[in-house]
Amino acid sequence: MALEQSFAQTPLRPLKSAVTESLTTRIVLIAISLLFLALFLVTPLVMVFIQAFAGGWSTYLASLVEPDAMAAIRLTLTVAVISVPLNIVFGLAAAWAIAKFEFKGKAFLITLIDLPFSVSPVIAGLVYVLLFGGGSVLGPWLKSHGIEILFAVPGIVLATIFVTFPFVARELIPLMQDQGSGDEEAALSLGASGWQTFWYVTLPNVKWALLYGVLLCNARAMGEFGAVSVVSGHIRGLTNTMPLHVEILYNEYNAVGAFAVASLLALLALVTLVLKSFLEFRYGDEMAATAKH
Amino acid sequence: MTAAASSGAGWRLKKPSVLPGFGLTLGFTLVYLTLIILLPLAGLVWRSAAIGPDAFWAIASDERTLRALQVSFGTSLVAALVNVVFGTILAWVLVRYRFPGRRIIDAIVDLPFALPTAVAGIALTTLYAPNGPIGGLLKPLGIQVGYTPLGIIVALIFIGLPFVVRTVQPVMEEIDREVEEAAATLGAGRRQTIARVLLPALTPAILTGFALAFARAVGEYGSVIFIAGNIPYVSEIAPLLIVIRLEEFNYGGAAATGTIMLLLSFVMLLVINLIQAWSRRRYGYGA
Repeated sequence: MALEQSFAQTPLRPLKSAVTESLTTRIVLIAISLLFLALFLVTPLVMVFIQAFAGGWSTYLASLVEPDAMAAIRLTLTVAVISVPLNIVFGLAAAWAIAKFEFKGKAFLITLIDLPFSVSPVIAGLVYVLLFGGGSVLGPWLKSHGIEILFAVPGIVLATIFVTFPFVARELIPLMQDQGSGDEEAALSLGASGWQTFWYVTLPNVKWALLYGVLLCNARAMGEFGAVSVVSGHIRGLTNTMPLHVEILYNEYNAVGAFAVASLLALLALVTLVLKSFLEFRYGDEMAATAKH
Repeated sequence: MTAAASSGAGWRLKKPSVLPGFGLTLGFTLVYLTLIILLPLAGLVWRSAAIGPDAFWAIASDERTLRALQVSFGTSLVAALVNVVFGTILAWVLVRYRFPGRRIIDAIVDLPFALPTAVAGIALTTLYAPNGPIGGLLKPLGIQVGYTPLGIIVALIFIGLPFVVRTVQPVMEEIDREVEEAAATLGAGRRQTIARVLLPALTPAILTGFALAFARAVGEYGSVIFIAGNIPYVSEIAPLLIVIRLEEFNYGGAAATGTIMLLLSFVMLLVINLIQAWSRRRYGYGA
């Protein structure tokens, strides 16, 4: 009797509705999400291109081939070409040490590697100004030896390395920890040398995760603003990277010029997103330990 | 350092292994980490200590410093809260619902990670300035976003959104639907299931996402300075104050302000780690 009653009270619904919301709720939630994304993420991106082409193609191209813009593009590429490979080497070394061996203080070391993510980019620039600038211990010595670090390419590279430091390492470490060292031990027992094991066994195992990390590292290296802004000195045509050049043009009320250079960076961001999604879609399993960013 | 790690101290610190290269890779890692990150950060703390405790306190308790920290932390808090609400909804929609364009939406969430902050900054400013497309719509309502603290919040929402979505999303994917079915068979309505079964399980991830978005927002510079208006005591953020003090060649002041911010971000890092440790104990997984 009691059972019958409870059945009568509870309307029988299709099984599926127990683990999802009603159609109306679903549509409302999807609409909220799309509106939020459109308002905060998509409109700014579209705005970049609208503003860049506000003066037509010829003005757009003219803003890009102008000497200061070209110098900024060259500098940005130079900085990325130096800092990204250094962080690749570091990422591989750190991941090898951390993933293949058990040693004391490992968790602390991982925390230290992630540290730059929680430091303001302005502070990343500030530390090098304090280290190499006037009034520091090293400043006068560097000056007397004619070595320029601040307000020159080395300072920009250092600040960029600082902010992009964890990108490659943090993609590789969890994956290589997951993979263990069985493959490497097999290779060694078959007579491979350490380097051979690394080149022919480890590297192919992690290549997609490595590429993924490099992609993110490169995007940040080319787009970094705060840290580079502090150490660059803003010398037009000499120490202005693309983001800094965008700032100068924008502050001079040259909106078309600023957005033209910005559109190149936005294009880089789009290419990065497409490649990143492709890697996740195609090689997601091989980067299984790679937590999506 | 290499030699020390591989021979002397190494054999006691690490478990034996047949794999080569421990000394080389750990040595390189430590040297690189020390030179690029630790030594410069230590220099910052040293420089701010060198000005003496009185001068340090004078800068720390200075009205302009306090207001800048207040603006930074206040706007970051609001932005992170907005992101928690909409980021969680967004993650839910992406994990649970199937609709056309879902993959593209999923990819777009990462845009703030890929788009340089300065580009986001000028685009948002153009949109939300009183004469911009969105700012113009808000003006008749008496709301000004551009060049006010509200503008800072908009920029920080942009920057922080993926942190919440990407932290909550994987945990949502892991949720076993049988738990929801069990709740339903035990007579829970969908709302009860969400409030009493799903949300508690997601809380650590949501908290971690909140903390990450908040931490990032506090240090953010590039996207904020264009839209903020940068009026001292009103819309001047702490990182900008560091830059201003550097431009005035006030190295001690810049170092002290930087050290305060650094300490605060360490506290936040600690909080994130505590949340994750708590979550591992309580739920058996890290957020």
